Amino acid sequence: MTQTMTTPVEPEDALTQPFPAVGRRPGVKRRNKNDRIPLWLSVIAVVVAVYFVIPTLFVIPMSFSEARTFVFPPVGFTLDLYRDFFTPSPNASTSWIGSLGNSVLVALLTTIVATTLGTAAALGLDRLTGRLGGFARTLLMLPLVAPSIVIAVDVYMMFLQWRLVGTLQGYVLAHSVIALPFVLVSVTAALSSFDRGLLRAAAALGASPTRAFITVTMPLISRGILTGAIFAFVTSFDEVVVALFIRSPQFQTLPVLMYNSVTAEIDPTLSAASSLIVVVVTMVFLLPQIFGFVRRHRKAKK
Amino acid sequence: MTNGKPARTSQANWLFLVPALALLAVILLIPLFVSFWLSISSPTFTLDNYISLFTDGITMTVLLRTAYTALIVTVVAFVIGYPYAYVMTRVGPGMRGLLLTIVLIPFWTSSLARNFGWLIILQDGGVLQQIAAFFGIDDFVLYGTTPGVIVAMSQVMLPFMVLPLFSALGGIDRRLLLAAQGLGSSPVKAFWKIYWPLSRAGVVSGLILVYTLSLGFYVTPALVGSRQQSQISQLLGQRMTELLDFAGGGALGTLILVITLLLVAWANRFGGSYTALGAVAGRASPTPAIIEGARER
Repeated sequence: MTQTMTTPVEPEDALTQPFPAVGRRPGVKRRNKNDRIPLWLSVIAVVVAVYFVIPTLFVIPMSFSEARTFVFPPVGFTLDLYRDFFTPSPNASTSWIGSLGNSVLVALLTTIVATTLGTAAALGLDRLTGRLGGFARTLLMLPLVAPSIVIAVDVYMMFLQWRLVGTLQGYVLAHSVIALPFVLVSVTAALSSFDRGLLRAAAALGASPTRAFITVTMPLISRGILTGAIFAFVTSFDEVVVALFIRSPQFQTLPVLMYNSVTAEIDPTLSAASSLIVVVVTMVFLLPQIFGFVRRHRKAKK
Repeated sequence: MTNGKPARTSQANWLFLVPALALLAVILLIPLFVSFWLSISSPTFTLDNYISLFTDGITMTVLLRTAYTALIVTVVAFVIGYPYAYVMTRVGPGMRGLLLTIVLIPFWTSSLARNFGWLIILQDGGVLQQIAAFFGIDDFVLYGTTPGVIVAMSQVMLPFMVLPLFSALGGIDRRLLLAAQGLGSSPVKAFWKIYWPLSRAGVVSGLILVYTLSLGFYVTPALVGSRQQSQISQLLGQRMTELLDFAGGGALGTLILVITLLLVAWANRFGGSYTALGAVAGRASPTPAIIEGARER
């Protein structure tokens, strides 16, 4: 908390966020009785937190059940569902591990495409201040605003004609469009705190624009690009609505198989798949935090 | 920012945009346009496809049900999301990190896993019925009903309410409240006269965001709801894939898209030009960096 006060505050920040968002003023005790969080509010917060977490809590025990239905509580203890999940099936439309492979492949390719195009677009838009630039930005945000079901049915209709239904290319193209706004937003955010003066300094020191970009801009916005890339991966990996419509029996992603194992034919392997995803996605989400923590820890040691 | 860029640079900037815009045009804009085109030109140039949306007796019923469901979901998410976001702005950094993680983990976790969790809870013979039976209520059914969809969807939508609210409430200067109380106003009055008006912009963008998302939501209604109580997104999906009615589906899709875009544009008027879009991308603001920031504080 004292850090906050010692670090120089930008004048803008000082205007928009005095200290309340940051915390209490150092040295001043919370004397005012009226400014405590009332008990009933804390109770509500706890109840809402439970509501947030509850559905996930039911999924994990189910994955160890011996029963072949989704009825809670689970019966017995077995790892059969996990074995089923990892056993390859020759039938592509029921192979869990195969669908997982497809999902990872689609998500990786989507990440590459969306991160490259999105970063380039953010760099271009950053310098375009005109009306046309604003319009381009709005257009690029459209995949985020448009309901996914509308995107899904229209893309499906076109992909039928273009013979892209149930193909790897089709999945990657569709998911890249959906992931684009996330990359755009995170790179734009990184660029907004980027000091242009540094580029002028680099130029004054004789660096070519390309060199200045690689040695100055890139390292400073790499955080934003990485965030965008993670977003793109998770968005694609978790995307279900468009994936449902452009699936084929030969090629489908994991969320599609999960969806079908409830709606088409009940397949309890779903609970193992759900649990695995909960764990893996949580890891993907936590890793940058853990890395950041380790780095700071090391710095502190030095 | 220097504005006196030579024209050459400006063109180079547009070149950076070309790949993204090309992808967007081919994969999204063309399909949206073709769908719209079919809806007005098939079988002949006519507005029949749009007129029949209003006269076929099904579409309007389902659309009204969807609008109603989305409204309740939005209200529920707001009523429980506002206090939660408020508490998030008031607690210490460690606790704030925990509360934020609780919002974010389910948000980043597979939406199907969450909906599957709700299925286990709500289904016939599920957890909720077992609890109800324990209290002697035997005919407690939520699975396949609109209330069931509302219970599950409110939870799925909650992060979209909490995150914009959190950033809005975090920017309010609490000294104003203390000043009001110092001048003799009661805490309740200080809240209504000062805190609430200051938070209104964030509230509006959160409300519109959750409402628009709920209108077009597909997965939860399809898994927890039923065909008899279907939502507009299910109707659109059926029309396109089962009936292969691309003209009628195109009209319905265009209608949903236009309603959504109008709502987003309307929300934009409340909080500056890009608040609503930014709020939709409020998904994007809870980046790991921000969490770390919250921790460091």
